[in-house]
Amino acid sequence: MDQRVASLHESLTGRSQLRVPGWLPGGLSLLVISLILFASLSALFFNAQLASLTTTLFDPYLLRVLRFTLWQASLSTLLSVLLAIPVARALARRTTFRGRSVLLLLLGLPVATPVIVVIFGIVEIYGNNGTLNHLIRLFGFSFQVNLYGLTGILIAHLFFNMPLAVRMLLPAWNQIPDESWRLASQLGMKSGSLFKLIEWPVLRRVLPGSAGIIFLLCFASFAIVLVLGGGPRATTIEVAIYQALRFDFEPSKAALLALIQLVICTLTVALLHHWLRTLPLSSGLATTSQNRPDLNQPGSRLIDFGIILVATTFVALPLLALVRAGLTGPVLSVISDQSLWSAALNSLMIAIAAAGIAFSLGMALLTTSRYLRFHRKQPNRSELLELSGSLTLVVPPMVIATGLFSLLLPFGFVFDWGLVLVAMINGLMVLPYVIRLVGPALLANGEHYHHLCSELGIRGWHQFKLIDWPIIRHPAAFSMGLCATLSFGDLGVVALFGTHDAMTLPLLLYHRIGAYQFEAASVTALILALLCLVVFGVIDLLIGGRRALH
Amino acid sequence: MNPPQFKSKRTVFITSLLWLLTLLTPPLTVADAKPTLTIYTYESFVSKWGPGPLVEKAFEAECSCDLRFIGLEDGAALLSRLKLEGERTSADIVLGLDTSLTKEALETGLFAPHKMNIPELGLSLPWDDAYFLPYDYGHFAIIYDTQRLNNPPHSMKALIENDEGGKLIIQDPRTSTPGLGLLLWVKSVFGTTAPQAWEKLAPRILTVTKGWSEAYGLFLKGEAPMVLSYTTSPAYHMIAEESDRYQAADFAEGHYAQIEVAGKTVNRPQSKLADDFLAFMVSPRFQDLIPTTNWMFPAGRTEKPLPEAFNKLVRPVRTLHFTPNEVATHRKEWINEWLHSMSR
Amino acid sequence: MPFIELEALCYQREDWQLKAAFNLERGECLAVIGPSGAGKSTLLSLIAGFERLISGSIRINGRDYTTAEPADRPVTSLFQEHNLFAHLSVKKNVGLGRDPGLRLNQKDHLAIDQALEAVGLSGYHHRLPESLSGGERQRVALARCLCREHPLMLLDEPFAALDPALRSEMRGLIHQLIKSHDLTVIMVSHHPDEAAEIASSGIFLHQGELKAKGLMSDLLNNPQLPLLRAYLGVS
Repeated sequence: MDQRVASLHESLTGRSQLRVPGWLPGGLSLLVISLILFASLSALFFNAQLASLTTTLFDPYLLRVLRFTLWQASLSTLLSVLLAIPVARALARRTTFRGRSVLLLLLGLPVATPVIVVIFGIVEIYGNNGTLNHLIRLFGFSFQVNLYGLTGILIAHLFFNMPLAVRMLLPAWNQIPDESWRLASQLGMKSGSLFKLIEWPVLRRVLPGSAGIIFLLCFASFAIVLVLGGGPRATTIEVAIYQALRFDFEPSKAALLALIQLVICTLTVALLHHWLRTLPLSSGLATTSQNRPDLNQPGSRLIDFGIILVATTFVALPLLALVRAGLTGPVLSVISDQSLWSAALNSLMIAIAAAGIAFSLGMALLTTSRYLRFHRKQPNRSELLELSGSLTLVVPPMVIATGLFSLLLPFGFVFDWGLVLVAMINGLMVLPYVIRLVGPALLANGEHYHHLCSELGIRGWHQFKLIDWPIIRHPAAFSMGLCATLSFGDLGVVALFGTHDAMTLPLLLYHRIGAYQFEAASVTALILALLCLVVFGVIDLLIGGRRALH
Repeated sequence: MNPPQFKSKRTVFITSLLWLLTLLTPPLTVADAKPTLTIYTYESFVSKWGPGPLVEKAFEAECSCDLRFIGLEDGAALLSRLKLEGERTSADIVLGLDTSLTKEALETGLFAPHKMNIPELGLSLPWDDAYFLPYDYGHFAIIYDTQRLNNPPHSMKALIENDEGGKLIIQDPRTSTPGLGLLLWVKSVFGTTAPQAWEKLAPRILTVTKGWSEAYGLFLKGEAPMVLSYTTSPAYHMIAEESDRYQAADFAEGHYAQIEVAGKTVNRPQSKLADDFLAFMVSPRFQDLIPTTNWMFPAGRTEKPLPEAFNKLVRPVRTLHFTPNEVATHRKEWINEWLHSMSR
Repeated sequence: MPFIELEALCYQREDWQLKAAFNLERGECLAVIGPSGAGKSTLLSLIAGFERLISGSIRINGRDYTTAEPADRPVTSLFQEHNLFAHLSVKKNVGLGRDPGLRLNQKDHLAIDQALEAVGLSGYHHRLPESLSGGERQRVALARCLCREHPLMLLDEPFAALDPALRSEMRGLIHQLIKSHDLTVIMVSHHPDEAAEIASSGIFLHQGELKAKGLMSDLLNNPQLPLLRAYLGVS
């Protein structure tokens, strides 16, 4: 009898596992993030003068700017998400048409395209001299679409964000258990009730996250709002920050504005989460096959594909303009330019590093968040942790870079470490995507298996390798692909450190434009977009495996 | 049946670790016997198609030194970087500020007088600054599309008061140098009635962009028949594209000028080398490169004649210009005025 | 000394409290019965370590496990659902009972084979849970419990979703395993008469309190407590 107990002791202590406290990964991650963010902000506050800060705070102009920023961001978010829901639904219903994978890949592209390329693409379709207006004139109508104003801002933001929203909402359908569909079939539920009673509850889970990120993106939108907004009436806080940092050189003012931006965004995202409070998951082995009763309703096929077509066209048009402009330029001379490919290589290195950094930080935060939620039964702290990871999107990279720069200056090695800093800042910037894309899957896994894992003592690395990774592999791959492409197409951060040895592809693009070479720039833009697609696809495939893109 | 995902994941992990390590290793700079001269300038200067590479080659040939450019976004970025760095700056030369920024630059206390004898330099414009030397200049101008506009406005007053010309694309003075240039131009023509002038012009402004690139790009796409740019813009099209399509409108009151300058910093070990560079900068060896790489007019002596196309460019009857002092004093106030007028 | 000593257990959640205390001998099978909301599952959670006690102590074979992590307790649980990892094969699911990192040696492989055989699923090694029936899934989970070689097994109505014949079969299996593997079992059941087939003793919980304790035969055939009578439907 006692042999049993003896072997019990042995089995308990035989194969040891390093026990990392549950709060450690997230804590470390949070530490890194806070250090970088708040250290850089504090550095800017260093020589602040309280008097000028208070005048900034209560400047009526600032209040007006704030109001406008909030308004255009909210409107853009609302529209993007509302329009994304039917598109995501249509895609969720039609899971087996040809080209679906390619379409899903394309949906990740707009948000990774450099801003100036997007502006040109949109103008080419919807501008005064654009395709749409030409078509209207061709049909003999006299009215013209005026892009420059709220319309332009919304179109551009829709272009950026609706595809992203679709991609973020789509996995929600996978969380609906088969049983629900079978029950619905039995009850003869129609499409409308299906949506209200089965689909909406799971959508509600992912909506705050998706809407949150889109809101942050729109809030921090700078060049687009200015150009397509039509003038200084369309000024966002970013413009004020830019002005404070560049022309006026009042870093404390810039930091204050950045802080205000941060606070407002935090509040909004927190509100979103509170309002669309997440509901507990229903039990049952969720599968991806869906026997929806409404698939064969008359006209539903038409509606679905109609929606998909409209959405695809909307997203594809500016991209097609980009392709057309690229193909009609001096393709050969641009392609054979050595500097293009070395710049591309630099961009790639930074992109991969950024994706890696974002993923590590994000996973650390999410693991601890899950630990807090299920082991410590502290869902509020868990949400707070995830929120902190999401906010790096809204602190202007410009501010972080300037702050970091002044912090590191006394140590003298800023230029040499330029690429690292760029990768780090880029990583921080794309961290929210990891949180939003991988978070729900990790959470669901926690919900199903946390008792089992704690019972069996599966934790840490083993839990990640055996239990989590197989499940989160796909959203992880997508998020890393997205992060890489975002970093690849990003201009802002690199330019801030001012090294011209580290030439990246977007920077090269801007150089061409600055040198009047608009046609060559178009070719470069096309190559950039194609490379983005390739990077995305490769990462998705490599990490996500064959079954990626579903 | 089990895909080898774990093994490949380990490989991915290791590879990404290697990437991170390669990035983290700072480039090993081989200690050179040659001294290094560091020049802070703006991005388009150091781009492949800008003057940078040629200047580097030419100067390194005669100085037996290593020229290192650090490219920052634009002139304003240059200044803010200097203020950030303060005395720790590693810049020996700052090249690319324009005269609307020089007063503030001087106030940083980071610049040393150039000690050159100006009359001997043979500059093509009147100059008396002891700290900064000009290397090129240009005039702002409204560029128009000849295919869409037969009768461009011939003066600022005509543009604004007579509603001549159609829609115009401009840049934001808060974020762009040409934008600021237009602001100062309108101010120097209209003086105290500038706000009203802007109010009158506002409805005809298609949009205000963050920088020159977006504005010019939109113009080339045909969004509006006019854009604010430089008198030298048509030269690019004439030379590189052999097209006369885009031309500058010649304004009767004169055009506002942008003069770009360079200066050397104090307390730097390479003081002599910096002096050599400044001398080089106003010499034909540098100046000859300017027209077709920076698309501006050379401020110093040149040996090569200007390209043919440059002779066809608009030569303003008058150069409008505020002193650096005036700009520094009134800039914020004038920008606020502009904002006010445009936001109605 | 009793094998399992649960002393003055006290647990609180919002406005609901659980109080219980009882002992178990080695090899005993105890049934926990009572109406919904009585705290039966909570009691099991507390013993397993998923919830924290406010006060009281849990001693198993003389050692105190009151504050130990679930994995450190000599306890193994079988839930109603989510007993298996849907994406792992039967063998891997069972293997996790031997080592949480699936670092299996010869001895482990043998143990897995034996466990699967004991529950009647030899040869199911490479099947995935989704291809198994409900009963088969629970049997895989049972095999894993065996592999862990923990003396105490907690069953939280794992067979509730199966049909009566299958339930009976499962009970028979449990009974057999108790004997062959020297297990001590605490099981929650909504069918006291069925539980009585393998449980020798039982406790009756009502609204968080242990109201009755004793031999199953006594509890079911001679219920003294009015609450117990009401629960059993005896006049």
